[in-house]
Amino acid sequence: MSTFDFPPSIASRPTYGALAPRAGAAQIMLADAEGAEALLAVAQADPELMHRAHVIYIPKHTGERFTDPLRAAAPDILHIAPSYPACTQRLHRVFSAAPMGAQIYLAGTEGLIGQAMALALQIGIPKSAIQTEHRGSVARRVQCVHCKGITEDVMTDPFQCGHCGLNLFVRDHYSRRLAAFQGVCIDAEDPGNVPPSVELYS
Amino acid sequence: MSAGLEKLPVIVTAKVKLNDLVTRFEFAHASGKALPPFSGGAHTVVEMQDGAKTRLNPYSLMSDPMDPTQYAISVRRDAAGRGGSVFLHDKVQVGDKLMLGMPVNLFALDLTARKHLMIAGGIGITPFVAQIKQLQTTGGAFELHYSARSQALASYADDLRAAHPKRVNLYLDDQNQQIPLERLLSGQPPGTHVYVCGPRGMIDWVLATAERLGWPPEAVHSEEFLAPQSGKPFTVDLAQTGKTITVGEHESLLEAMEREGVDAPYLCRGGACGQCETRVIAHDGTLQHNDHWLEDDERDGSKIMPCVSRFEGSRLVLDR
Ligand code: FES
Repeated sequence: MSTFDFPPSIASRPTYGALAPRAGAAQIMLADAEGAEALLAVAQADPELMHRAHVIYIPKHTGERFTDPLRAAAPDILHIAPSYPACTQRLHRVFSAAPMGAQIYLAGTEGLIGQAMALALQIGIPKSAIQTEHRGSVARRVQCVHCKGITEDVMTDPFQCGHCGLNLFVRDHYSRRLAAFQGVCIDAEDPGNVPPSVELYS
Repeated sequence: MSAGLEKLPVIVTAKVKLNDLVTRFEFAHASGKALPPFSGGAHTVVEMQDGAKTRLNPYSLMSDPMDPTQYAISVRRDAAGRGGSVFLHDKVQVGDKLMLGMPVNLFALDLTARKHLMIAGGIGITPFVAQIKQLQTTGGAFELHYSARSQALASYADDLRAAHPKRVNLYLDDQNQQIPLERLLSGQPPGTHVYVCGPRGMIDWVLATAERLGWPPEAVHSEEFLAPQSGKPFTVDLAQTGKTITVGEHESLLEAMEREGVDAPYLCRGGACGQCETRVIAHDGTLQHNDHWLEDDERDGSKIMPCVSRFEGSRLVLDR
């Protein structure tokens, strides 16, 4: 199963629900990797709705596993993108053209959900029109609070900043604007004193 | 407490007949002071002394919200109503003094909206007139869709169209023109809020269409002041004050309490704001809920809105 129960945390940490079909003037869906399962569940609950949907899907490591089932669900438009940056322009266009009443479905990793959410809100889509469901990897998108560099798909804590090389402790403190968790230097007082890295949530 | 307790003494400075049904009244502060600014969509409760009877009717303010020298309301003559509008039309003259309640806004623009889509029916145009003046000062995209029975009865349509030719759209019943609601509500840019003021049927139509098209509830705003309905007289025991009062046929429960000197809160007097909500301690009979405020599960005999709702039965005890 691709779902994961996040332990309770601080208020800034995003929480996720389960996608459900909702009536709307347009249906816009975005998923990465195992997030496809959440979209397929919506399609199963309401096949008609799926036929009207504009779906953007980023397979990541899942390769072809979900592309055929998604195609079989027969969305109005299915766009397969190699990465999130590769589809942001399209997403921007689709969100901007979305009329009020459009329903947005975001499913997959936290990094994808967070970035697409920030983009949608910036364009003016009401938060209540956006549903999210976490699926797949619990990897995080982390911003180093020191050099401001963002490292994608962080799986361990602490980890080494991909930009400045500091050893960063991954906090639950989350920036909605950046769609990133904050990473803070863990050995500032005593350089080199870094606890062993453990897998997130292990 | 009820904002109705704070009153502004005003003098009628102009009475302008717009058409067969609608007359505008303009007011200045009776002692020449500045009137408080308000925000577009606000209403005031006009207090009229009709012989021994005090009439309190809410009207939307339609003057420029930032103009402290005057307030204006537009009143539709409702011959079948309880007499407040007819009294204003027939009896109130320039130079008369009246009391106004402090402006209260139950229909404010959401200033976080990227665009305001306004839908007006008939006299429901009045709050939008003030809101449009407000937006002219603050900037802000809007679009008005205004439906009226005929050109002659389309109050302010000419002024609005002259000032905002691209943003104001008029639909006339006698020309068989109808607001293309479905199309309008399915083509608005993200961040639009919709506002509707007009007859009940129009409000229901807009709310239902918006819901069907997936509009989030917080982006949909409506205002309708209900006039209290007449009905059979009934008697009420008021537990806090120990009074027993009788509500007359053409009087609301709120008015009856006020007549008897009971301090009862209110803001809108039209079943919309929730301010007058009163606990029902006991009843033997039927509560006739006429408000927009209570949720269905609250209409279980535990609460009543005295500004518009009535009672039929043998005994009613309220927590007042
Ligand atoms: S006074 Fe507003 S609901 Fe009764």
